Amino acid sequence: MGTMHIDADILIIGGGAAGCFAAVEIYKKSPNCRVVIMEKAHIERSGCLAMGLNAINAYLHSGQTPESYVSYVEREFEGVIRKDLVYTIAQGLNEVVKDVEEMGLPIEKTEDGTYKKRGKRSIRIFGERLKPILAEAVAKTGTQVLNRIVATNFIYDGDRICGAFGYGIRDGKFYVVSAKAVIVATGGASGIYIPNNPGEARHLMWYCPWNAGTGYAMGIRAGAEMTSFENRFIALRVKDVHAPTGTIAVGVHAKQINARGEDYLELYYKHLGGNKCLTQHRLLATVEEAKAGRGPCYLDTTTLNDADERRLKEDFLNMNPQIILLWASEGMDPRQKPVEIQGTEPFVVGGHCQAGYWIDKERRTTLKGLYAAGEVAGGAPKKYVSGTWVEARIAATTALEDIKGVSLEDVDGELIHTEKSRVLTPLTKKSGIFPSEVRERLQKIMDEYAGGISVNYALHEERLLEARRLLKCLKGRLKDMTAVNNYNLVEALECIDRVDVARVLVEHLICRKETRWACYQTRLDYPEKDDSRWLTFVNSIYHAETDEIKMVERPLSV
Amino acid sequence: MGIFIDENICNGCRGLPEARCERICPGDLCYRKENMKAAIRDQSACWTCACCVKECPVQAIELRLPFQACSNGASLKARLKRDRTIWTVWDAGGHQEEFIIQARRLKGD
Repeated sequence: MGTMHIDADILIIGGGAAGCFAAVEIYKKSPNCRVVIMEKAHIERSGCLAMGLNAINAYLHSGQTPESYVSYVEREFEGVIRKDLVYTIAQGLNEVVKDVEEMGLPIEKTEDGTYKKRGKRSIRIFGERLKPILAEAVAKTGTQVLNRIVATNFIYDGDRICGAFGYGIRDGKFYVVSAKAVIVATGGASGIYIPNNPGEARHLMWYCPWNAGTGYAMGIRAGAEMTSFENRFIALRVKDVHAPTGTIAVGVHAKQINARGEDYLELYYKHLGGNKCLTQHRLLATVEEAKAGRGPCYLDTTTLNDADERRLKEDFLNMNPQIILLWASEGMDPRQKPVEIQGTEPFVVGGHCQAGYWIDKERRTTLKGLYAAGEVAGGAPKKYVSGTWVEARIAATTALEDIKGVSLEDVDGELIHTEKSRVLTPLTKKSGIFPSEVRERLQKIMDEYAGGISVNYALHEERLLEARRLLKCLKGRLKDMTAVNNYNLVEALECIDRVDVARVLVEHLICRKETRWACYQTRLDYPEKDDSRWLTFVNSIYHAETDEIKMVERPLSV
Repeated sequence: MGIFIDENICNGCRGLPEARCERICPGDLCYRKENMKAAIRDQSACWTCACCVKECPVQAIELRLPFQACSNGASLKARLKRDRTIWTVWDAGGHQEEFIIQARRLKGD
């Protein structure tokens, strides 16, 4: 098997919304900069946005300000956010949306040419081809795109990050990409918990099933400081197909009702704000209704008119075509039957919630030479796709500035050899544990002991300690994984990454001894929110030599 | 089931190094068999994202829900035009509905 050596000024890991935007931004500022994107799938249709997108949920309409945006996010996240990060995102939102419109994205407008208001902070887009549009913009730059190369680890000499290793899924080659700076722009982590649907429908889930948390795991293994993994994200979605409820609730103003037809938020959860409650309380109320015997819950779509229904279907075709199939099946017409909703399994993400690298305002991580943008950048929830573009812009600008005077370093042959053999080991084993077995073991541990669907997301110390123990055992078995082909090998590498992410997640969940975010982080043993003690960030640093995860707390203002 | 590939329609994208569905699938699930027909290696790994459905130039691929999620079969196909996407959905009773949706701005829009 050959080894490919590639030199870059800036290496971007992950060709999603953040990665593509960063490449375009670097080209605009410095056309001669050698940029490489390393992408596991194909940048034209990869990651979260593979299905498309029907709305941009972070946009400042007339009268709104970066300050008002920060206040909104701070309230939604119970006071724990990095205001400096959210503020810098809010400042750039409108500009990046305009840029992507110019790349070719259609956006719904009013007669005077301004974007039509969809919700308080959102606009409606026709984003079925958002990924191809971004990829086309990248193609106009000199960026070298490495499709079907899965990143495996950073090249780290103990002082700075000087590139990344990757495995070529198609050519079977081992890639060594040296760079003066690396921007990690991968997705978050799905597949950590047992999903809603078992077996044949196991990937009929909300979040991209191939976002394995690799960008997190690579940082964890290199010793980067991570923040807020305990701020898990659990989405309230259309049952079975897990299409977004916002498209219906915000798009056509459908109400949440329980099995009795009651407006349950207003009737039973007024103390949480009723219909004006926080996002996580909508989920909490839906879980509580089921416990109280008033479930299932629905979005009431029976009052839709023809035009609304058509509009709703168009919106979903732009983002979640599978719900159209659900509605086309017998007895599921949304105007005859309200749309049933449920909570998904928990995910680790930095775009809806705030799990990710601990970064400074310029998007530098705690490792020299490594920058983070988008889903893997922590501390700035509700950034969504537009916030991701802003972070990509900031990270690109910082990286360009920081590489001045930096030269490429030779990669130590021993480092290459060690990583190559780690990555290829599963292919050399004739028998052993299948990646699918590891996946099911991990998901079972996390579901039962770390607050999955089966326990209504609730957590407490004794179970979490058992999760810690079982995950350590599982990690010990990973070296026995076997793979018969490259597809299998990628699955095996994803298992390794997910276990590393899950272990950090469990430590974060153990550490925060209060209940800060309903369902996302509900501790049965510490049921109250404790502002006197926990208005703080829970961070972690993994030490590879001792296999220990050290916890640290950081103040809200940095 | 997530997708159904009609082998009578699929031409395997002959002449290309990879079939288009194989090139694009975000989960690397599509491949070309020895008979030059496209196939999916694991239906249970399909996200039903419809990327392959859109990419197929001869509309050989349909999106279908796994039986577990919905026992009444409906199906969905797509055709990509330069600036719009045309979707056709067949419901359980065979009734057909079409959607034509703008998908990108052209210069001057």
